[in-house]
Amino acid sequence: MLRQIWQHLRRDPLGLTGVGLLTFFVLVAIFAPVIAPYDPEAILRLDGEIARLHPPSREFWFGTTNMGRDIFSGVVLGSRIALKVGILAALLVTFVGTNVGLIAGYYGGIVDTLLMRLVDLLYGIPFIPFVIVLVSLLKPSVTNIILAVSALTWRSVARIVRSQVLTLSQRPFVKAARVAGASDLRIIYRHILPNVLPIAMLEMSFVVSWAIVSEASVSFIGFGDPTVPSWGKLLNGAFVAGAVRFAPWWVAFPGLAIVLLVLAVFFITRSLETVINPRLKGGE
Amino acid sequence: MWRFVIRRCGQALVTLLLLSAIVFFMFRLLPADPTAAMVDAALSPEQIAELKAEFGLDKPLAVQYGLYLKNILLKGDFGTSFFYKQPALKILGDKILNTLILSLAAILVAYTVGSILGALMAWYRGSAGEVAGIVVGLVFRAAPEFWVGMVFVMLFAYGLGWLPHSGMREAGYVAESLAAKYLSLDFLRHLILPATVAALHMLSTPMLLLRNAMLEVRREEYVELAHAKGLPLRRIIFRHAARNAMLPVVTSLATAIGRSVGGMVLVEYVFSWPGLGREIVLAATRYDFPVAQAAFLMIAGLIMVMNILADLLYGYLDPRIVYK
Repeated sequence: MLRQIWQHLRRDPLGLTGVGLLTFFVLVAIFAPVIAPYDPEAILRLDGEIARLHPPSREFWFGTTNMGRDIFSGVVLGSRIALKVGILAALLVTFVGTNVGLIAGYYGGIVDTLLMRLVDLLYGIPFIPFVIVLVSLLKPSVTNIILAVSALTWRSVARIVRSQVLTLSQRPFVKAARVAGASDLRIIYRHILPNVLPIAMLEMSFVVSWAIVSEASVSFIGFGDPTVPSWGKLLNGAFVAGAVRFAPWWVAFPGLAIVLLVLAVFFITRSLETVINPRLKGGE
Repeated sequence: MWRFVIRRCGQALVTLLLLSAIVFFMFRLLPADPTAAMVDAALSPEQIAELKAEFGLDKPLAVQYGLYLKNILLKGDFGTSFFYKQPALKILGDKILNTLILSLAAILVAYTVGSILGALMAWYRGSAGEVAGIVVGLVFRAAPEFWVGMVFVMLFAYGLGWLPHSGMREAGYVAESLAAKYLSLDFLRHLILPATVAALHMLSTPMLLLRNAMLEVRREEYVELAHAKGLPLRRIIFRHAARNAMLPVVTSLATAIGRSVGGMVLVEYVFSWPGLGREIVLAATRYDFPVAQAAFLMIAGLIMVMNILADLLYGYLDPRIVYK
C-alpha cells in the first residue's frame, strides 16, 4: 500500500506539497531547541532596553512581543505541541473509534444499538464549545486538551468503521473463517481489521487537523497549557494586547504556522482519499 | 410527514435531556469548584455555607440535578448566574437570535458563493482558476477562524477603515423596535466582517462537493442535448447541470449547520459579537456554570432544530425522499 501511495503522490502536486511541508514541520519540531535563537519566555534586551514590539529584523526574525519576547523562537517551539496534540489525539481517537466500530458492527444486536445511540448522542454535542468547557473545567494541560478533543471525535471513526464492518461481515472470507472455527477475536482483528484500516487511517488524518486547530483555539481563548509555548498562546497574547492595531507581525507568523501545518495535513488527506477510494479518481 | 417531524422532535428532546444530564454532571464532578469563582477569600466558613445554600449547592448531586431539570421544564429557569447574579435565561435570551443571525448569514453566503464557484470550477476543469479555487478554499478551511478574524480586523477595520472592528452596533445606539435593531445599516456593517470570516471557513465544503458532483453530471446526455440546442453556457451550467448536482451540497447542509453554530464561538469571541458562543467562553473563564451550561444546551438545541429544518428542506428539494 505504501508503494501505491507513493505512486499516486508522484502525480499529485498538492499531495507532494503536503508531504514536503509536513516533513519540514516535523524536522523543525525535532530540532526546535537548536533552531530557536532565544528562550521564547525570556524578556530580551537590545542595547540595555527591553526589546518591546520590534518589527521583524535581523536580530528578531519574526519581531518581538510587547513583553520583549522573541516570536520566531515561540513559533519554532510551538510546532512541538501542535504536532504532539495532533498525533496523539489522532492515535487515541483511531484506537477507540476503530474498536467501537468493529465491536458494534461485528456483534450487532443490542451491543450495536447501545454503542450507536451513544455515538448519536455525541453527535448532538457541539465540538468547540465542548472542548473549551471541558479544558476549562479540567486543568489546562496538554494531556487534558488531547483528552477533551478525543472524547468527542471518536464518534465519526466509530460510525464509519461500523458501516464498513457491516458489509464486510457478509463477505465470503469472513463466513469461511467462521466455518473454519476461528474465534470472534481472530475474525475481528485478523480478517476484518486489515480491511477497515485504510478508511480508519483516512479518518485519522482528519482528526490530526481537528486536534491541531482545537489546541490552537483553546490556547487562544486562554486555556492553553501554561508551561508550554504554543501558537494559540502567542495569538492569545496578541489578541489581549490588541496587537491588531500596532503589531501585525505578532498576529501573522503564529497564524501562518497553523495554516501551513493544517494545510499540509489537508493535502495529504486529499491524496490518501483518492488512493483509498478510487471512485473519486473518476472525477479527477 | 408530520409524523416524521414529531418523531424527530421527540428524538431531539430525548437527546437534549441526556445532554443536560451529561453537562450537569460534567460541571459538578470535575475538579474545579463551582463556588471558587464567587467566594471571596475574606468570607467566613459560615458565609460560604450560606452562599452555597442560596445557590442550592449544599444538596446531594442527584437532588441538585432533579431541581435543575424541574426548574428548566416547569419554569424555563436555567439557574442564576454566579457572575451576573441574574437568571441565566435573561442573560442569554437575546443572544440566541444574535448567534442565529450570524450563522445563517454565514451559511447563506458560503453556500451561494461556494455553489457558484464549484459549478464554474467543474466546467473549467484543469484551468489555473480551478487549482486556485481549491487552494484558496482549503487555505481558509485550514486557517482557524479566530486568526482570519484578527487578520481581517487588521486589514479592513484598522488598516482601511471600511468596517467596524467589533460589536454589533455603534456605542450609544438605542433601537426603537426589534426590527429596527436588526434591519439598520449600522447592524449590517457590523455583520459583514464576522459573517465573511465564518463563510470563508465553510466555503470549501459546498464548493468542492458541487464541483465533484458537476464533473459527473457534465457527461450526462441531457447536458449534451442542451449544448446541441445551442443554449448559452451560463444557462446550461446553472439551470441544467447544477440543479441536479446540488443534492450532495444540500445533504452537507445539515452537518455544516452544526459545525457553523458550534464554531461560531471563536468568531463571536474575536469580534465581540454578543452571541451564545462568546457568552460560553466568558462563562468558562469566570467559572459561571449556570450560564455555561445553559448556553451549551441552547447551542445544542439550536443545532438540532436547524438540522430538522434542513431535513425537511432536503425532502422539498428532492421529492423522491420519503419521510418515515
